[in-house]
Amino acid sequence: MFRNRERTQPGVKQSKRSGPATSTPTTESYPFRLNFYDTPPRHEVTLEDFETCALDRLRVLAEIESSFARNRSWEELKTVTDAQCKKYLPLNSNTALTVNLEEQRRNDHIGHFVLRLAFCRSEELRRRFVKAETTLFRVRYDADSPTDRSAFLERQRFDWEKAIPDERDRFAKELTALEKPVTSDSKNWSTEYHKVPWIRVPDLVAKRRVFLSGGYAYVSSHEVSSFVFNEFERKLQLALEYTAKMLPRLDEDTRLIPILNNLSQGFLAGVPSDWVNPSATGDEIRADMVDGLARKHFPMCMRNMQECLVRDRHLKHFGRLQYGLFLKVLGLSIDEAIAFWKKSLSTIADDRFNKEYRYNIRHSYGLEGKRANYPAKSCQQILTSDKPGVGDCHGCPYRHFSPENLQTGLLAVYSSQGLTANDLHEVMRTVKEGHYHVACTRVFEITHASRGVKKGEGIGGGDSVVHPNQYAARSIELEKSQREDAMAVES
Amino acid sequence: MSSTTDNANTSPEVMLQFYRMLYPFKSVFTWLNHEHVPTKLFTHREFAFTLQGDVYLRYHSFTTAEDLKKQVLALNPSRFEIGPVYSGRPRDKKSIHPSAFTPQKRELVFDIDMTDYDGVRTCCSAADICSRCWGFIAAAVKVLHSSLVDQFGFRHLLWVYSGRRGIHLWISDPQAMDLTDDQRRALVSALTVVEGGKEMVKKVNVRTANKLPPSLWGALDILRVLFSPLILDDQDCFGPQDGWEMLLQLVPDRSIVEKLRTEWLKDPGRPSVQKWKDLRTLCPEKQRHALEDIILQYTYPRLDAEVSKHRNHLLKAPFCVHPKTGRVCVPVDPENIDRFDPRSVPTVGQLLRELDVAGEGADWEKTSLKPYVEMLDKHTMALMEEVRKEKRAKYNDGGW
Repeated sequence: MFRNRERTQPGVKQSKRSGPATSTPTTESYPFRLNFYDTPPRHEVTLEDFETCALDRLRVLAEIESSFARNRSWEELKTVTDAQCKKYLPLNSNTALTVNLEEQRRNDHIGHFVLRLAFCRSEELRRRFVKAETTLFRVRYDADSPTDRSAFLERQRFDWEKAIPDERDRFAKELTALEKPVTSDSKNWSTEYHKVPWIRVPDLVAKRRVFLSGGYAYVSSHEVSSFVFNEFERKLQLALEYTAKMLPRLDEDTRLIPILNNLSQGFLAGVPSDWVNPSATGDEIRADMVDGLARKHFPMCMRNMQECLVRDRHLKHFGRLQYGLFLKVLGLSIDEAIAFWKKSLSTIADDRFNKEYRYNIRHSYGLEGKRANYPAKSCQQILTSDKPGVGDCHGCPYRHFSPENLQTGLLAVYSSQGLTANDLHEVMRTVKEGHYHVACTRVFEITHASRGVKKGEGIGGGDSVVHPNQYAARSIELEKSQREDAMAVES
Repeated sequence: MSSTTDNANTSPEVMLQFYRMLYPFKSVFTWLNHEHVPTKLFTHREFAFTLQGDVYLRYHSFTTAEDLKKQVLALNPSRFEIGPVYSGRPRDKKSIHPSAFTPQKRELVFDIDMTDYDGVRTCCSAADICSRCWGFIAAAVKVLHSSLVDQFGFRHLLWVYSGRRGIHLWISDPQAMDLTDDQRRALVSALTVVEGGKEMVKKVNVRTANKLPPSLWGALDILRVLFSPLILDDQDCFGPQDGWEMLLQLVPDRSIVEKLRTEWLKDPGRPSVQKWKDLRTLCPEKQRHALEDIILQYTYPRLDAEVSKHRNHLLKAPFCVHPKTGRVCVPVDPENIDRFDPRSVPTVGQLLRELDVAGEGADWEKTSLKPYVEMLDKHTMALMEEVRKEKRAKYNDGGW
């Protein structure tokens, strides 16, 4: 249709130019539920199909994106996506007999390629599309039956080699150490190993889940999915870049471009942008108010940084970034921000401040460099990116403090607001289970009990904390409404 | 001590002399370029200059080594840095659309700095360094070198002394040049073992089901040997009370901790070696892994991860002069890392005096900079040989 690169694959029959295959329910052109989308649809597609297939798929992808934004766990994301897929993009396995498999798979195929056209145009769109599509593929791959899955993998031609027995024996000790404890019999070699360049399985390398030697990773058959997802992502990324280059040469008859434009806008608007923009509360915050606000309204991460800043009169780079952006969204204007940092970094001489710090502060307000108005970091970003190194104060205390220090810290900071040693047990339990945002939400509930927040209410309506600014804003809002109530009673 | 002040002199006049007579532009050029004829690897490469008075100039690029030298002499920077190869010439940045100006290639670089060891080194702190501190760097070099060569299969590693308290590593293999940011991030996180901020006591958490991943076995074997001379004998890390309290915090078994604490409080002068022995005898076989983690926490390389993760990070060029110490950032041979003494590295002052003695028209060949430049040239030769072979193979594959 729009990519003329011919790719013949043994076994996978090319769909013939025989018009839309609707009447005969065969699985000839699509032998599997999963699709690597190596070949574009080569049959005629009606304009209506062109649009509806894409829109249906877009609904699913938008749901995946918003799951990321809401910090949903993988299990939650799978359930949500499955439900959404059933509604808009049903795709059954070969065992399903009563449905038209051919049509389902054809729609899936068309939808994917139309969206490629819509989302290849900018770096940002490409990145988001690749992420959402790869996730969709993962959800489907996980749900597939093992036999379907291995049959599908057999048909794909990956450029990997099987590790020869000689190598397997040489690295036997290392390889068995990485195996799941279930298989204890090392002589049997129940698992097969594939030898791939390590750059193809970066996530396994990062987690030290593979054995590496001489630039090659030995991937066991249990971990093969990581390689498959990475291949999917890599191929899609390359294909999108290629499509972007070819797009200007599209033989356009003014019917497709409006549809494509519409689609890419839908994707952008599809995700609710929680807490990305500062809410204009109208209250300006001045530099000298920060310390007082911190004591009353800030979540633990920001309290910790305020205290480090007061104590050390300095914060390292990522600390300044995380805290500075938080204060910006809280409502600190650029002039006040410069005043605040200048006062806080009191050991830094004036001209060094002007040279080394002022630029970064102005940059984060979008006044220097590429002039981007950076949003404050969400809990997800704080938890997962720029982990604190030696001597750093940023990050999420619930995750990056050791349990003892977290307990002492919490008591020191929040005991004046009603947190007692008895509450710690519950908080620490959630921390141990890895639900850092739940722990933070619980602390919010405890410290705002005097303002009428009950357990389970979260930061309003049962929501849990997903952004430090949301925590602070809600806390300020609660105080304000209580004050207004009190005034109303008085008058 | 007039000679030390003289050696550390990095005034603009001294620097200009250094760039004019001594800096090996040609060698640095071929090392970056991988060939004799200028390629994109050099012409599309970003150079950034730090001028006297901390003025910072970015996005410079040059067509030849002479071109670079001319600009360096004109600006007389206190140092300059090397960045990535972009899709366009960095000097044309303003006229290129931002989407057509992205980092494409870059050596894989690492930066290890003594300040990251402040929690565990007892001899100095912050910017200070002595020959004893170097033990940590030597350990880091050995571990990183062996993992990068054995596991990741890299072959062209250039270690460069950073001029004061650290060391840089540049990996120029074609495969390393091509790594994406994601792949760099994965590699760095595989190599990062000591993690966690000020408030995290136990900084080594790498085990799954109490087993150490095989990728760290080699590192542990190296560090196990170094631990005793470095941490116990030389640094005496568990001598003072706050030192051994830190050690006890890392022992999971409370009863052992109590026992040792009362014992050590009674005998404040007990040396680290004895304390470590006490701990080892008390520690049951099942908890041996805790001891291994302690060895890793005290000696495993502490990387400045940000430097390695992104292609567009700038790193000081080799053979620059450190403005505070006056020492030249010379290549270091990882095989002889133990014998390397930062204090024996030539300073600008010393080199210029050697030039004076050598007389008219002399260059680096007549000074003590010579072995270092030759080390870089030898490194570049091997790299060029591989690039040539690869090119030839590609040419033959192309099939005419």
